[in-house]
Amino acid sequence: MNRSEQLLKASKKRVLILDGAMGTMIQRYKLTEEDFRTPALKDHPKALKGNNDLLSLSKPEIIKAIHAAYLDAGADIIETNTFSGTSIAQEDYALPHLAYAINFESAKIAREIAEVYTEKNPDKPRFVAGAIGPTNRTASISPDVNDPGYRAITFDQLSEAYQEQVKGLLDGGADVLLVETIFDTLNAKAALFAIQEVFEERGIPLNPEEGGVPVMISGTITDASGRTLSGQTTEAFLISVSHVPLFSVGLNCALGAKELRPYLKVLSDNAPFLVSAYPNAGLPNEFGQYDQGAEEMAAQVEEFLKEGFVNILGGCCGTTPEHISAIANAAAKYKPRTVELENIGDE
Amino acid sequence: MSKIQKHNTLRLSGLEPLVFTPELNFVNVGERTNVTGSKKFARLILNGQYDEALEVALDQVRGGAQILDVCMDEGMLDGVAAMEKFLNLIASEPEISRIPIMIDSSRWEIILAGLKCVQGKGIVNSISLKNGEKEFFHQAKTIKKFGAAVVVMAFDENGQADTYKRRIEICKRSYDLLVNQVGFNPQDIIFDPNIFPVATGMDEHRKNALDFFHATQWIKQNLPGAKVSGGVSNVSFSFRGNNTVREAMHAAFLYHAIRHGMDMGIVNPTMLEIYDDIPKDLLQKVEDVFFDRHENATEELLEFAETVKQTGKKEAVSELWREDPVEKRIEHALVKGIIDHIIEDTEEARLQFKNPLKVIEGPLMDGMNVVGDLFGEGKMFLPQVVKSARVMKKAVAYLEPFMPKIGDADYNAEQSSIKKILLATVKGDVHDIGKNIVGVVLACNSYQIIDLGVMVDAQTIIDEAIKNKVDIIGLSGLITPSLDEMVYVASEMERQELKIPLLIGGATTSRIHTAVKIDPVYSGTVIHVTDASKSVPIAGESISEETRDDYHKKIKETYLQLRVEHEAKQQVKQLVSYQDAKANPVYIDWENYQPAKPAILGLTDMQELDLEVLRKYIDWTPFFSTWMLSGKYPKILEDSVVGTEAQRLFKEANAMLDKIISEKWLQAKAVVGLFPVKRVGDDVRVLDLEENETAFSFHFLRQQGKKGKGVPNRSLVDYLHPEAIDYMGGFAVTAGWGIEDKLKQFQETFDDYQDIMLKALADRLAEAGAEYLHSLVRRELWGYSSDENLQNEDLIKEVYRGIRPAPGYPACPEHSEKKTLFELLQVEKQTGITLTDSFAMYPTSSVSGFYFAHPESKYFGLGKIGEDQVIDYALRKGVSQAQAERWLSPNLAYNPSLVVQEN
Repeated sequence: MNRSEQLLKASKKRVLILDGAMGTMIQRYKLTEEDFRTPALKDHPKALKGNNDLLSLSKPEIIKAIHAAYLDAGADIIETNTFSGTSIAQEDYALPHLAYAINFESAKIAREIAEVYTEKNPDKPRFVAGAIGPTNRTASISPDVNDPGYRAITFDQLSEAYQEQVKGLLDGGADVLLVETIFDTLNAKAALFAIQEVFEERGIPLNPEEGGVPVMISGTITDASGRTLSGQTTEAFLISVSHVPLFSVGLNCALGAKELRPYLKVLSDNAPFLVSAYPNAGLPNEFGQYDQGAEEMAAQVEEFLKEGFVNILGGCCGTTPEHISAIANAAAKYKPRTVELENIGDE
Repeated sequence: MSKIQKHNTLRLSGLEPLVFTPELNFVNVGERTNVTGSKKFARLILNGQYDEALEVALDQVRGGAQILDVCMDEGMLDGVAAMEKFLNLIASEPEISRIPIMIDSSRWEIILAGLKCVQGKGIVNSISLKNGEKEFFHQAKTIKKFGAAVVVMAFDENGQADTYKRRIEICKRSYDLLVNQVGFNPQDIIFDPNIFPVATGMDEHRKNALDFFHATQWIKQNLPGAKVSGGVSNVSFSFRGNNTVREAMHAAFLYHAIRHGMDMGIVNPTMLEIYDDIPKDLLQKVEDVFFDRHENATEELLEFAETVKQTGKKEAVSELWREDPVEKRIEHALVKGIIDHIIEDTEEARLQFKNPLKVIEGPLMDGMNVVGDLFGEGKMFLPQVVKSARVMKKAVAYLEPFMPKIGDADYNAEQSSIKKILLATVKGDVHDIGKNIVGVVLACNSYQIIDLGVMVDAQTIIDEAIKNKVDIIGLSGLITPSLDEMVYVASEMERQELKIPLLIGGATTSRIHTAVKIDPVYSGTVIHVTDASKSVPIAGESISEETRDDYHKKIKETYLQLRVEHEAKQQVKQLVSYQDAKANPVYIDWENYQPAKPAILGLTDMQELDLEVLRKYIDWTPFFSTWMLSGKYPKILEDSVVGTEAQRLFKEANAMLDKIISEKWLQAKAVVGLFPVKRVGDDVRVLDLEENETAFSFHFLRQQGKKGKGVPNRSLVDYLHPEAIDYMGGFAVTAGWGIEDKLKQFQETFDDYQDIMLKALADRLAEAGAEYLHSLVRRELWGYSSDENLQNEDLIKEVYRGIRPAPGYPACPEHSEKKTLFELLQVEKQTGITLTDSFAMYPTSSVSGFYFAHPESKYFGLGKIGEDQVIDYALRKGVSQAQAERWLSPNLAYNPSLVVQEN
């Protein structure tokens, strides 16, 4: 049984646990500019502190330790340290040429540590999700209020950058691809387009049921308007990404579990895929920090479980292994969301 | 468990979803943003006037377009750049980008450019087999990667399909390639089977409309999931310049195309007549052409078109309606969506009605009801309805300043005590006319209205309600899915511990839905409001401190009752065990109840009931229904359809009754028995007058259907004291003595009419006898209602205390109990009524039953019961299970095992 099959099998039996925040954990290490520089980047003209993805190259042991902490907490799926791993996002640090390496190495690190844990307990296989972030540009929104027709990025540019990222992640050993924190659905469609192109090129089936690499999608509802940053409602977002036979669709970031609930219900009611949720640890306080405790968050997440809304649970900004452990404990008590595909209508 | 409809509907999106549910009927594609179709739009784009071009798009959306067709195929234009620019601009206009985009081009590079600019799921218009399978395959595969739906033209290597056969051949071939080779979702395939002009004078065009209709029907029946679209205005191409004929043709074509299965299309709402308003002579000629009904169809339509054109008939007609009374003018304006005169007409109505509210509730609402009906019948289409709504809104807006305001003399409320009502059209729904009217009506009854508008999600409603400390939340919705959303809002209100009364209104809402689905999920008051005028007293009662508790209780009880009835109708298959059913009896406070001892215990026989007296007890309604005349007596006598016939029948029946009585055709006899009884489980032991056990026992059955909270599993024994000595009774009455002689007489003369009449009257007299006896029992023989003084109407409505269920009827459907009853009452000896082997009474005009006196006793239906109860029942009755199953067969919830017949 290959890992796709194992993942599909596990997802039918229980609620799967994703890991928590990478950035929050990295902050704990109080790293300096030096920590971000590999020998080759010793004289790089731009400041690199804050380019967390780069740590996969400069401090792989830290990234591995964070992964291990989440695996200890009970995560089934860990996300690669590649949220900003596109050449577009790396442009800010003048490092677009490192995009492939970042993705490859990040996937490799995660793969290695996941293997260790799988070997320790083969009944609970661990998986690596290649994280594909939204980039820092939007294909649907003009950054210039005076020129609403202008775009800082095009579909083709996004698609090209995403193809490179996808290849790096797959080559490094990612089991799953996770297009996440989608605030502009057109960016996500470019990522999906890129994934389809790479899969076609490599002869990977699109459908995970046919042995393909599972694709997960996770959108971001920015505020209480219930819409993505680019203006779509949750249901419109779902419809816009449903052309790919997804492994899961879900929501993450921006909101805490409590605020996420109504939008998650929309997905649960409408999605013919598994449903995932990895909210923030509440809403940021006045200092912009997330201070919701593990138990409080787990209690809120338990609401989703009680109502059978979700198949995959994890944490986003502000969450730590303590949060994931509390969520995993809550999730163990419940059955995953089940879906019955109805055939009514004109067929 | 989430039930997901995976691939059975076309789902599109802009910023918001567009799901092709059956209720959608027809989806209108806005076509003014098409450079080939609109000269104005082409000029704006060519001049680079994109702001004005956006206005065109906005007008389309506001005019009711559900999808926006964008086409930049113009020789003088850089199509790719124009498509990108316009779509990027649209993306910045949420009111436009709310709806899905149709990327319309015959050039692949423009389509690709368009696909890269839309975040939602749009439609590509179009691809075809024109250049062979290779190109078709490549384009379809690419479109699939972008996640768009596709319009496929009925076009192949040999050209455009122009016959029925070619249309279906090409569509079938395209469909198979898309579904089997490309893996396209069938729901995402939209065929355009070519709408061509008719009445061109060329013979080969005669079947153009008919072939389209048939091809559409074939596609819908044979290519599962596929949709059909088309550009309607093509059909009237021959009549350019004659808008009267063109508008009629568009409406008639659309009407028939939709009936044949067309799902969507490009229609200019300003070039569309209302189907019902097409002059009948013109409609006839247009349809003759569409359906190619005869040789001269085209000729005749052309001739007719000339007359319409020359006389300027349409102009004349459109002025004529101004002569009508103001109510009619308002209706006309609403139905036609004519906004020009609405202010002056509204003002005239306001002066005439002396009350702005009366204008809204009167002519304006009446007019909108006509619109609603035409829409419901498929004779008006959404764009037209949207126009009607605009007229309505304009009129309402005009009236608003005339409504009494806070501080006005006629505004009778103190500032401080002003109650707040939050109104919202629920998420997923955009209809707000009803809600706005309710808002206006409530506002002029001294409520402060907080209107959240349309498409409001549950959390916003709840947050705003809390923030504003509102007294009532009112939810509105017109489309079916809104019903579920209302349930969700109610359940969220419960979860977040709100107590605010919830008003439910809107076209698809109903009392029964509110009772069955919404009321149970919210512990606060939930009330369905039928129309705006009802909202005022309901709002008042549900929040006034004096009335709200009683009102809450009353409404909850009413809805509980509705649920019970609904459940009974559903014939709930879900059973509880007999054990559990017994543990859930009717709750009666026995501690505070003293069984009423009958004044006269034992048997009372009546050898000759006075027919003159019984006559007064007749319930005439069933008599009329015997004669297949439906309607309630006495209203039926005035009924516009059957009234005359009913009057005649009533007269003749009374004439016969006179004879029955004066000539003593019939004789009525009865026996009543009242006894002390003792309950043993679901059995009742009959005691003698010294309260010793007798040989007689009655065996009752108990409902086993799964009940909602607080709803009992009823059995008739529940109305008897569980421990102490209680009393029940029985009766049998017949009015059939002597009937045979008379019937024989009628049969000899083949007078079926008199025969049926006499039987029907004898039946009525027997029932009247039962009614009379029951009232005699209540007032004298048992005497628990000695001061009862009811009219016959009240008796028919059963307002009295106690019931008289008959063995074999819903509450106690097992007929063999009648035998016990007959023996106990010595019916045969006292009245001569006999029982057949299958427990039917002879003479047939006879009635028998039990008496229960407890004030809580009610009629009910047993429904289905389980094997556990049947086994118990058989034991109690001392018969075999197989015997009990035969007697109870209509009530069995299971299939009894086959038993070898005993010899």
